[in-house]
Amino acid sequence: MESTAYSQDLAAVWLTLKLASIVTVLLLIVGTPIAWWLARTRSAYKGVIGAVVALPLVLPPTVLGFYLLVAMGPNGPVGQLTQSLGLGILPFTFTGLVIASVFYSLPFVVQPIQNAFEAIGERPLEVAATLRASPWDAFWSVAVPLARPGFLSGAILGFAHTVGEFGIVLMIGGNIPGKTRVVSVQIYDHVEALEYTEAHWLAGGMLLFSFSVLLALYTLNPSRRKAL
Amino acid sequence: MSAEIQASFCLPRGDFRLDVDLRLPGHGISALFGHSGSGKTTCLRAMAGLERAAQGYFAIGNEVWQDEAQGYFLPPHQRALGMVFQEASLFAHLSVRRNMEYGQKRVLKSAPASERRFALPEVAELLGIAHLLERSTRQLSGGERQRVAIARALLAAPKILLLDEPLAALDLKRKLEILPYLERLHGELSIPVIYVSHSPDEVARLADHLVLLEQGRVVASGPLNQVLSRIDLPAAFVDDAGVVIEARIAEHERDELTRLEFPGGPIYVSRRQEPTGTLLRCRIHARDVSLTLVPQVQSSILNCVSGTVLDLAPTNTPGHVLVRLDVAGCPLLARITRRSADKLGIRHGLALWAQIKAVALLG
Repeated sequence: MESTAYSQDLAAVWLTLKLASIVTVLLLIVGTPIAWWLARTRSAYKGVIGAVVALPLVLPPTVLGFYLLVAMGPNGPVGQLTQSLGLGILPFTFTGLVIASVFYSLPFVVQPIQNAFEAIGERPLEVAATLRASPWDAFWSVAVPLARPGFLSGAILGFAHTVGEFGIVLMIGGNIPGKTRVVSVQIYDHVEALEYTEAHWLAGGMLLFSFSVLLALYTLNPSRRKAL
Repeated sequence: MSAEIQASFCLPRGDFRLDVDLRLPGHGISALFGHSGSGKTTCLRAMAGLERAAQGYFAIGNEVWQDEAQGYFLPPHQRALGMVFQEASLFAHLSVRRNMEYGQKRVLKSAPASERRFALPEVAELLGIAHLLERSTRQLSGGERQRVAIARALLAAPKILLLDEPLAALDLKRKLEILPYLERLHGELSIPVIYVSHSPDEVARLADHLVLLEQGRVVASGPLNQVLSRIDLPAAFVDDAGVVIEARIAEHERDELTRLEFPGGPIYVSRRQEPTGTLLRCRIHARDVSLTLVPQVQSSILNCVSGTVLDLAPTNTPGHVLVRLDVAGCPLLARITRRSADKLGIRHGLALWAQIKAVALLG
């Protein structure tokens, strides 16, 4: 019994790290163009898109989870698409969890990167253009290196926020050991089962982890505190 | 490389509207001069392609970069230009050397070897920054930063160099530190330089060709002295009216004076450090010139040259007129009261003497 609980804890930790890593990479890929667009556009839609990206900051995770569940479910538009592609249904799978987490943590990655791009301003890119760098070249050789602190903040926040999610995991992923049972859910299970010792180990670990992340963020990158 | 530059832009920006049609020489320094809001920076940005004028044409010689009539617009990164902004805008994540190589590397990729005009050590030497190459850009002074920015622009093998008030953000000491380098560029560069400035002294010191801009329009454009000696310019330019003469140091005299010679005769100034034979640019303000019908021997004013009146015009100060003289082929402006003009009977062709109270030496 003891060893099973222990291996289940380990599996939960492993799954959490795997989820957070994949989600962080995806968030950087998806979030960077959004942040770039938001930082530089003069479009009338800037406000709308900015608000949509920021929604997870204020929405209860259950609301976001509910809509994603409906959309990805057998009768939802995403569900119909995945079924017709032969991918089956996404809820209660690891893939579904990854997709939901990307939505949920998006503002935590987009906003620091957007702030960093805005802080750079137009001038270095104009300088790059007068030095024969195409817009794509200037983005990689000037904008990204200068926005490095923003990327660092975004990656750390995205990773940490994914590790810490609970509500959306329950809504989309359920509680399947080894597939969708992450640390936060595992702690909940331990507490429900009155296994406080095990809960302490995991909860203490999470506390230490979160503190280390924030400490790293604040000491490595003091100028970006406002990103939070 | 002395192909003429053609620039014509019509660019509305809210209340402001840039509407210029310029022909500039394909060599030497052309200054775009005007007060803030006159459109000089916008005009320069349009040349670089950083602003796209809906009606625009820009060509250096037969190389056309913009021709909106044909719907043609070459984006800035495909134009062989070098640009230096008001603040140096060095890339903070790169060392001085890597900053300088940024444009150079990209040119090497695309341009044939024949288009490379400068090598890095050469340019670093020209601008006096060879000892700074391995530094971080944060360790540089304002003047050093601007010199690095100029070097970086030159290494991108430009066919034209655009300078947007490169000295405006510097204090007087740094300005004086960087001006000799700009003069060196003037001597050694075969490409045209467009220099935006609101400082009459910088323009007088550096420019060969002068364009005056006011509220987005060209007020005057021509060789430096031809524009400076015009007496029909709008009020905004009259207060600073004056001409620039080039004079050669003839002799350092015993009593701490240096005698300069220009076609109109000798000019005495406080002792200079430069060796005899050096060519200096001097600015003579119209307000520092007074006129007299007979040479004044009993006067404390040393500099007195003879000339003939070309014409005169009212100024924006009531009671004052601007008189243009011909002094052995050099134009000279004098600002005097209307009463004096009437008393002396100033008219075209009158021969008289101009007393010069002050001479500003520019280089």
